[in-house]
Amino acid sequence: MTELGDIIEECRNAVEDPDYPAVHEWLEANPDGKVLGHFQVYFPEEIAHAAGMLPIKTMGADSSVQIREADAHIAAFVCSILRSALEQALSGKLDFLSMYVTHPICDAARHVNGIWTRKFPDVSCQILYYPHNAASPHAATYLLNEYRRIAGLIEEITGRGITDEALRASIELFNENRRLLRELYEIRRNTPWLLSLVEGYVLTRAAGVMPRERHNELLREALPQIRERTNKPQDKIRLVFEGGFCEQPPIEMLSVLQDVAYIVDDDFLIGLRWILEDVPSDGNPMENLAVAYLEASSYSPVQRDPRKPKEHMLLERIRNSGAQAAIVGAAKMCEPGLEEQVAYDNALTEAGIPHLVMEFEEKTANFEQVRMEIETFAESLLFEFV
Amino acid sequence: MKEHRVAIRPPLERAGDTRGESRRLMDRWWTELDAAAEEDSLVANVFVMGSLAEILNTFDIPMSFPEIASLQTAVKGKAMDYLLAAEDAGYSPDICGYVKVDVGLHLTGRQHPLGRYPKPGMVVATNMCNTYIKWSEIWERQYECPVFVLDLPGWRGTGFAYDMGSETFKNDVKFVEGQLRELIALCEEVTGKTFDIDKLREILDNVNRMSELYRAILATNKHRPAPFNALTEGINYMGIANILRGREDGVRFMETALAELDERIDKGVGAVSPEQFRLLLVGTACYTNFRDFVGLFEQWNGVFVASEYMSYAGGGIDRGVHYDLSRPVESLAEQILITAQPSMSGIFFSHEWQANVVRDYAIDGIAYHGVKSCRTTSAGLPDAREWLMRNEDIPGLFIQSDLVDSRLWAEAQLKNRVDAFFEALQSRRVQVGA
Ligand code: SF4
Ligand code: SF4
Repeated sequence: MTELGDIIEECRNAVEDPDYPAVHEWLEANPDGKVLGHFQVYFPEEIAHAAGMLPIKTMGADSSVQIREADAHIAAFVCSILRSALEQALSGKLDFLSMYVTHPICDAARHVNGIWTRKFPDVSCQILYYPHNAASPHAATYLLNEYRRIAGLIEEITGRGITDEALRASIELFNENRRLLRELYEIRRNTPWLLSLVEGYVLTRAAGVMPRERHNELLREALPQIRERTNKPQDKIRLVFEGGFCEQPPIEMLSVLQDVAYIVDDDFLIGLRWILEDVPSDGNPMENLAVAYLEASSYSPVQRDPRKPKEHMLLERIRNSGAQAAIVGAAKMCEPGLEEQVAYDNALTEAGIPHLVMEFEEKTANFEQVRMEIETFAESLLFEFV
Repeated sequence: MKEHRVAIRPPLERAGDTRGESRRLMDRWWTELDAAAEEDSLVANVFVMGSLAEILNTFDIPMSFPEIASLQTAVKGKAMDYLLAAEDAGYSPDICGYVKVDVGLHLTGRQHPLGRYPKPGMVVATNMCNTYIKWSEIWERQYECPVFVLDLPGWRGTGFAYDMGSETFKNDVKFVEGQLRELIALCEEVTGKTFDIDKLREILDNVNRMSELYRAILATNKHRPAPFNALTEGINYMGIANILRGREDGVRFMETALAELDERIDKGVGAVSPEQFRLLLVGTACYTNFRDFVGLFEQWNGVFVASEYMSYAGGGIDRGVHYDLSRPVESLAEQILITAQPSMSGIFFSHEWQANVVRDYAIDGIAYHGVKSCRTTSAGLPDAREWLMRNEDIPGLFIQSDLVDSRLWAEAQLKNRVDAFFEALQSRRVQVGA
């Protein structure tokens, strides 16, 4: 049995080291293995996994990564994650990728594929369009066909056919992962004093950068140990953090948050938790994945689904987690995040839910101002709620 | 040193025809919008990249193009008032200015400098720009109007080209056709009218003719001297192509424009004379300082003979639309994918398109103008420029300002960069000639 502290340490290293150590370990053990990278927010990793590939979520980076080359390739007025993700690619940190999939999540990210294909002509760069007309009766069939197209390309790269049987096994593996992550979030909602925000965050985020088999193993061992902790609840306000669907706030900023409040739910890396229920593995597994994307999924500012107005979904998240207030963040220069922020702000005001509107940037290195803002907000709430 | 020379122009019979006609048609469009605002009658908000005018015109639903309306506030020097109103309401300085101008208009009583601005009774958007979707959601919340977003699967990567027989093309057509039928059902519901397929046929025929004329207009600039400036005059052709897409008077406008350009060619009259530099504009113009922007290039006797904007902002009209009138809805779906879709995807992979335009139009250099407002057209420009310089040895200038936010217009800085670019073009010419 691995100690909880070591598990958290392993996850934190996997998350913080911009060299993707867990990927290199996997490649050492699988010298002929192929890695598929995908940019935020969601990708059906089961399909790559079923062909024996290692799917990973390529991320941005905090202030430890210097932007040297990326600025010459992308305009100044885009968010930081696009810049740092490109920097990683240009500086060779993603040389292990055989395939890279991006999604037109926002106007700026739509350029990533063009830049990649101009810079890295040897990597198979693909764009996967998810439906925004999500309530259309044609959306699921379209998406299924897209998944099939991507699967065909994966098969070419790996030289291995994706059988229904293999895909079912991969779905089971990822179902387990999603189940474990749901349990982790349940702990954060019900007993937030047992798991700090940073711990919960690195345990979650590690899913994107290491083999899921390993991540499942780690969570399976971690969860009971977390439940056994004997920490006592403190007089802290319960908050939801919204706005982390794509670019991530730096971990130090999460430390500031956890110092002053219990963050009982959030949308950090929502793509890892996009599908909310077990995907059925019987029947046509590829179709099940496409249907789950549309019918059993979360929400984010970069997907339109007229059946799920995002501000209603946020109110529901707040209600379901028993939060007293919310922090509505948006990454600097993030068009969809900043637009959604206004809708969230209005809806929360109307619902009488106290909230703090703020911007963040993954590369921020000075947290004094953030600390002050959050502390002031939390103090104003303490009088109200505690 | 630059040398600004003006040549004497021979008299032209058709001089001003197009300008007068475009002004008349734009005024009429505003009169219609104004009347709709007054009567509170149905208007659809649509976007230039994929307006789906073919369907909306079939139901006689008047269309408002908020992007054009926002642009016009900037040209009229009024954009700042609306931008600030939107920022006061919580919208960030870092988002698309067109959205904010529109938000400001709606928050301040919908009084546009050119007329009253109607509220949308419905919205038809596509995924051609993600901001279209976010923008539509703002109206959806404000007015609780139906919002229809048509998904248009784009290029799946560089070098993507449809093979008409491929599974991907067939699947995409089915998806788009299915959605068009959903839109038709929504229009029937909103208007209470029954879909008239013969009327759609007429509209498609008009788009076919309009597209042919539009392409002929673009091609006139292969002549030296180029008869029109793709920025100043191009914007008129583009505007009318959008607001009158599928309408007979839109076709007639294109005929007028082409006739005027043909006359200029016959008489050897260019947009600038003498023409010294032939340029391609990638990105958009700056509309708060439109004249100044154009002047930066014209003072070097540079003319924009082509503009990427005249391609992507036309919903595929430049790509040669050929609707098959015997099967209107199916053909509409196919042609949207063959024409409108590449005009969207082309923005992200435009390096090869640029290289071709440079060859076809004998272009001396490319001006890349990034605008903070529009990541769709701007985010990847530095990379595209680098590719063109490295692979095709095409000189490129990269400058930045904004569409509608005058706070981002830094004239002295821009002028220095533009002047340096022309000086480099000049010495390159001397070297090549030597
Ligand atoms: S943070 Fe926002 S702007 Fe940046 S890539 Fe993500 S969605 Fe796009
Ligand atoms: S981002 Fe660009 S294309 Fe999109 S609405 Fe704004 S100006 Fe238009």
